[in-house]
Amino acid sequence: MTPAPVNPAVLEAMSALFVSLPHCETLGFQYLGTDGRKPVLKVEWREALVGNPGNGVVHGGIITSLVDTTSAIAVTAQLPDFETIATLDLRIDYLKAATPGRAIFCRAECYRLATQIAFTRAVCYHDRPEEPIAHGVATFMRESSPIPMLEGGAA
Amino acid sequence: MSDFIGRFARLREAGDCAAIIEAIPYARLMGVEFCEDEDGHLLFRLPFNPRNVGNTRLPALHGGLIGGFLENAALIHLMWNRESQEAPKIVDFSLDYLRPGKPQTLFARCEITKQGKRVAHVLIEAWQDDPARPVAVARAHFLLSTD
Repeated sequence: MTPAPVNPAVLEAMSALFVSLPHCETLGFQYLGTDGRKPVLKVEWREALVGNPGNGVVHGGIITSLVDTTSAIAVTAQLPDFETIATLDLRIDYLKAATPGRAIFCRAECYRLATQIAFTRAVCYHDRPEEPIAHGVATFMRESSPIPMLEGGAA
Repeated sequence: MSDFIGRFARLREAGDCAAIIEAIPYARLMGVEFCEDEDGHLLFRLPFNPRNVGNTRLPALHGGLIGGFLENAALIHLMWNRESQEAPKIVDFSLDYLRPGKPQTLFARCEITKQGKRVAHVLIEAWQDDPARPVAVARAHFLLSTD
């Protein structure tokens, strides 16, 4: 059985927050939902996101932001309560070029929530997670700032 | 030769850095700038833009945005410093975040640590007020030939 988010209210508020951040809104990230504790995000292909004008392939930086954001949401699926988190490091393996014109999806999971650090892994794909175009691992600092991420001090 | 490689080479000869950024849609969207100093080193700049924020409460630049800026800098740096008929292809990218990116200009410099026949290794460092206090450091591997 797939475990449910530790605190659905945290996941709901933080996923909404993370995709609404100015940079994520600029890129057009959409939160599609969370399967158990594995959130899925989507970004549509558009000309402004291209990195190689010779072939129309999306810039690697879009993959980086997508992995970072989806992984951060995966961490919040494991959090018992609101807290501020920040990416400590991130590694992306570009397994094959994204196909121009096609939407990219990212699914992430937080496979270890330690006292101070959260560990995540993510895949980006077009059709199925089993056919990834990129793989990302990241670590996040927990309680990285006393300033809550959500207005009003909820986070 | 792809059109992009030819165009890049022509713009480099003309020293037209702005037109190179103009040719890369995502670099243009981020608002990247770069120039070549007297020693021939490239300095990349990302002037602050509210669009690039990833934590509205601190506020801080988005970590993914910082990654994109550094990866883009590495690619341009590599293409600027080598003659090839092919665009380098990124294989992997590893990024360590050392300090929050404040809402001000972010700078970056790159160094080609190794350039082999097939693979190049590039180090990238980003800072704001002081190069000795980096905001992020990264490294990337690029595939130089698809043969």
